[in-house]
Parts: sequence; C-alpha cells; structure tokens
Amino acid sequence: MLTTTDSERAAGTAHIEVVDLTMAYGSFVIQQNLNFSINRGDVFVIMGGSGCGKSTLLKIMIGLKSPARGQVIFNGESFWETEREDQEQMKRSFGTLFQAGALWSSMTLAENVALPLQQYTDLSGPQIREVCSYKLSLVGLAGFEDFYPSEISGGMKKRAGLARAMALDPEILFFDEPSAGLDPISSKLLDDLIIELKESLGTTVVVVTHELASIFSIANNSVFLDPKTKTQLATGDPRLLRDSDPNFDVRNFLNRGALHEDSTT
Amino acid sequence: MDQPRVSAPAILEVLPAESGNLIVRLAGDWLLGVNLPAADDLLQRLATSRAGNRLEFETDSLGVWNTGLVTTLLAIYEAAAANGVAVNPEGLPEGARRLIALSLAVAERTDTGRDRTASGRLQRIGESTLDALRAGREMITFAGELTLSLGRFVTGRATYLRQNLFVYIQEAGVEALPIVALISLLIGMIFAFVGVMQLNLFGAGIYTADLVAVAMIREIAAIMTAIIMAGRTGAAYAAEIGTMKVNEEVDALTTLGINPIDFLVTPRVIALVLMMPLLTMFSSLMGIIGGMIVGLFMLDASFQQYLEQTISAVRLNFLFGGLFKSLVYGSLVALAGTLQGMACGSSAMAVGIATTRAVVMGIVLIVVSASVLTIIYINLGI
Repeated sequence: MLTTTDSERAAGTAHIEVVDLTMAYGSFVIQQNLNFSINRGDVFVIMGGSGCGKSTLLKIMIGLKSPARGQVIFNGESFWETEREDQEQMKRSFGTLFQAGALWSSMTLAENVALPLQQYTDLSGPQIREVCSYKLSLVGLAGFEDFYPSEISGGMKKRAGLARAMALDPEILFFDEPSAGLDPISSKLLDDLIIELKESLGTTVVVVTHELASIFSIANNSVFLDPKTKTQLATGDPRLLRDSDPNFDVRNFLNRGALHEDSTT
Repeated sequence: MDQPRVSAPAILEVLPAESGNLIVRLAGDWLLGVNLPAADDLLQRLATSRAGNRLEFETDSLGVWNTGLVTTLLAIYEAAAANGVAVNPEGLPEGARRLIALSLAVAERTDTGRDRTASGRLQRIGESTLDALRAGREMITFAGELTLSLGRFVTGRATYLRQNLFVYIQEAGVEALPIVALISLLIGMIFAFVGVMQLNLFGAGIYTADLVAVAMIREIAAIMTAIIMAGRTGAAYAAEIGTMKVNEEVDALTTLGINPIDFLVTPRVIALVLMMPLLTMFSSLMGIIGGMIVGLFMLDASFQQYLEQTISAVRLNFLFGGLFKSLVYGSLVALAGTLQGMACGSSAMAVGIATTRAVVMGIVLIVVSASVLTIIYINLGI
C-alpha cells in the first residue's frame, strides 16, 4: 500500500528497472534487450508502432506473462526471480486498468471495487462499502455503486476500472491504452484525472498508449519500441524525443508522420 | 540504509477553541485497516453545533497516511456540511486536500432509481407470476418466429450459412453417438437384469427379450436420448447463442439485415430434429444389445433363441411411434436451447443462467409431452 508524507518523496531512486528484457511467444521474438528505468512519481509511457509489443511488455511488468530473458526489478527486488508468494505480495502494490475496464460483469461497481479489499484487508463490510464509495467518487461515479457494468457507458466502465485499480492504494498504476474508444474531451478528462491522482497520491504511473496528445500532456519519461528491429530506439521525455532524438522513426512517430525522409530537424 | 520507521498509533482528538469552534488534531500513522480511532464523538459534536461555527485541523504530528485518513476526513466533511459548519482545510496535508476536492467535485447522483428495499412475500409471489406469464408468452412468440423461419427455409428465402448447418448436424449427430451408445447400453443391461430377476420367478425369463426390445423401441430410447441431448446440445445452443448476445454479435447480424432466427436458431433446430430419429434408432439398438449381453449371461437361452424372441416382439407401429416421439422431443430440446440463448442477459452469470434454464426447460417439456403423447397413443391404439 502506498503511504505518504509530504516530506518523504524518494527523489531520483529508480522505482522500477527493466534489465536486458527479451519477450517472445515461443520462438517468435517480439522485443529484445530492453533496458530502462522508471523513477518514483514518473508518468512513464510505453510507446511504439502497432505490433511492437507494448501490451506484451505491460503484461510482463504486471506478472501476467513471463519474459524469455531478463529481469523486472521493483524497489530493488527482481519480480521474475522471486518465489511465488513474494510475487503475489509484490503484485498487491500494482493497480492495473485494462483496455476496456475488464470489470466483472456479474458484479456491481461497488462489488468490483470491494473484491481486492475483501481479499487483502481485514476491513468490515460497512468499512469496505465506505472505501468503495470513496474510490468511485474520486473518478466521478458517486451514486453508481449498485449499477452493473452492462448498464454504464464505455467511458464510465474505464473510470470504474480505474477506481478498482486504486482500491488498495497501489504504489504503481498501469494503464493499457486508457484513451482507446474515448472521445477527445473524455480522453482529456481521463488524462487530467491521472495527473491529479498521481500528484495527490504520489503514485508512479506506467501507460501504454499511442495517443500523441496524451503522451505530450502527461508523460515525463518514456521508452520507444520498434517492431522492425525488435528493440527500443529511445528513452526519455517524449517532448525531447520529438524535437531532438537522433532516430528519424522516433521523431516521425512523435510528429505524427509529418517529417520528410531527409529532414534533419 | 535507513532505520525502519516505528509506526505510531493513530490519534484523533478535539482541542478546545473559542465559542463553539472545533480544532481537530490528527496524529500518528493513519493507515486503512490498522486500528483507526472512531470519529463518532466528533461527528456527534458536529451534529449539535450551530451553523456558522468553524472546524480546523492540526496535523503537526501526522505520520504516514492513506485511504484510512481520507475516508475519515470525508465523514467529517459530510457531517460538517449537514450542520452548516465551515471546514478549513489548510491544516491538512496537500495530497489529502486534493483528494477530498476530487472526491467532492462531482455530486453524488441520487436520481439513479436504485431502490434497495426488500420486497414483501406477496409482492414476490406477484412478480414471479408475472414473470412466469411473460416467459410463457415469450415461448409462444418464439415458436411462432421459428415456424415462420422454417417457412422461409423451405421456400429458399432464409439467410444462413450452409456449412454451419453441416457442422451442427455433425455436432448433434455423429459426436453424440458415443454417449448415447454408452447410456443406452447400460439402460438395456439394467432393464434386462431387473426383467430376468422377476420373470424367472414365473419361468418366463426368455420374455426379458420382449421387455427390453419393446421398452426401448416404444419409449425409453426416445426419452433417454432426448434428455441426453438436452444436457449436451440444448445447453450448448444456449451457451453459444447467449455468449454471442453478450458480445453484441446478434446485434451485428440484425444491423446487417440478417434475421438472427434464420441465421442462428433455425439451422440448429433443423440439425437436431434431423438427427434425433437416427440417434433414437441407434439408442434402441444399443439398448437391445445391452439387454442381450445380460440376458445371455443370466438365462439358459442361446443367442439364436434370444434374437428370435426379440424380433417377434417388435411391431412396426412401435418403431414409428417411438420415432415420432423422438421428433417431438428433439424439437422441444432445440426450442428450449435456442430460446434461452436468445433471451440471455448481458453478463457472464447470465450465460450460466441461460444454459441451466435451457436444460431444465428441455427436460420438463420432454416429460410433459411424453405424458401427452402416451395418452394419445393409448387412445389411438398405437
């Protein structure tokens, strides 16, 4: 669980480190030799063209799929090299928002948010209900506790999924294509919500996305994956990469394809 | 390496201030689930405060905090707002202030119409009756739609994929042979066993052959096969169509101008109805063989004798009677399965419910129609 005092923000120490990571489906290699760090409090974007393995990388980081080689290190502890029980413990400090929310369709929104609390805390029923209402209110869904996922819109499903991801006050929030299917205003509101939560809670945020508007407005660190060479091309602040990264593909992507082949700026 | 923090217990106390104002001191570590002090006293005092009073916070000794602090603060805010007490958030940590602002930003929707009061018994009886009537109406409407669709099939105006029809025929026919064989064989053996035990008392053991053959061909093959198919194929139809409904695939067909009954329901019904008589005959055969195995084992008769006895017991009207019943049962099982699939709700649980209802409805319809047909047969002398 995240605990915070305003005076206690560990500055500069890597929260998450990915070391020599190679991902493959059987013998089909997706990405290899990935090396990057994410600092505490970063909004880190995993980006790249379609099919570069962004979602696969996310799955490896949250423990859904094992890497072919390499490590993912959280607070100095390597996830894929520890025992199962320790892995389960580490997973409790993550919260994940899946692409369409992935709410459990037979449970109400409150029950969805309550499940992690029931599993991992000793809170009583009324206390859990109170926390669920609070989490849903943070995403603007106060009053919808007893609705089923089939009764709410796509944008609301995502927000409910976010409330559930935050149920245990996670240290790290993972988002898989949060803007997919949202109109521009909803997308901006979701971005604003991500920033607000990050700054209030001090959470580290890892986002898989290729929405340029979102990338430039929320991210301060990133990794760029290339499907052709199957490795990373760049890391760092997306705005710097857009303006001055030596690799043409990186700059072209971040300028929405507006660059010409022989461009040097 | 830093010294590990010693956690301090959470403290909430109300400090005295002038003329009815309140200063709330929060100290220690406020973590969810770790012995947080109850704010009931404070909330009581707020309930009896005069409007216009102020509430402030002092958090100099506040340690680490998370959701546990914020939920308590929100309860305080709510009680204060209800009594017109103004809350000054300056003493709170910045993160907590921002979270409270975020939480209160969008007002709680109260017009959502979710009434959580429990209904009385009479109300529930009424609701169940109305539900049953509605289900009955649905079934009749569905049967009507199915009939119209069959009409379109016959005149070649239905939209469906022929290769799907063959797949359904294979799934409902060939792939059911093993389980039908197994169960029919065992049923035949059971019948023969019981028959021999009783008939031998009268020296009439050989008539076991008659018993098994007539029972299987007239009724048992049809009804057992139908029940097997209800659990196997009726459930599958409900689950397939139900999941398609949940995934909006049925909507996708409708918007393309394709009638979902023509495309999804009628091919499945035709497949099952075509296969039922064949499976029933196969079931009769396996039942007779099973009976023969037991009969030869327990009786003093030869294979030739048993076979002749079996053949002489069977009449053509028994066979046709049994096959007609199997057609009726097959139609009902297919109707139940596809109806429940089309009526499925929109969650994972709904698919489970649809599947269960398909099987139960199929079996109930089989048994009811078995009784009706038997009475008809008796009166017609079949």
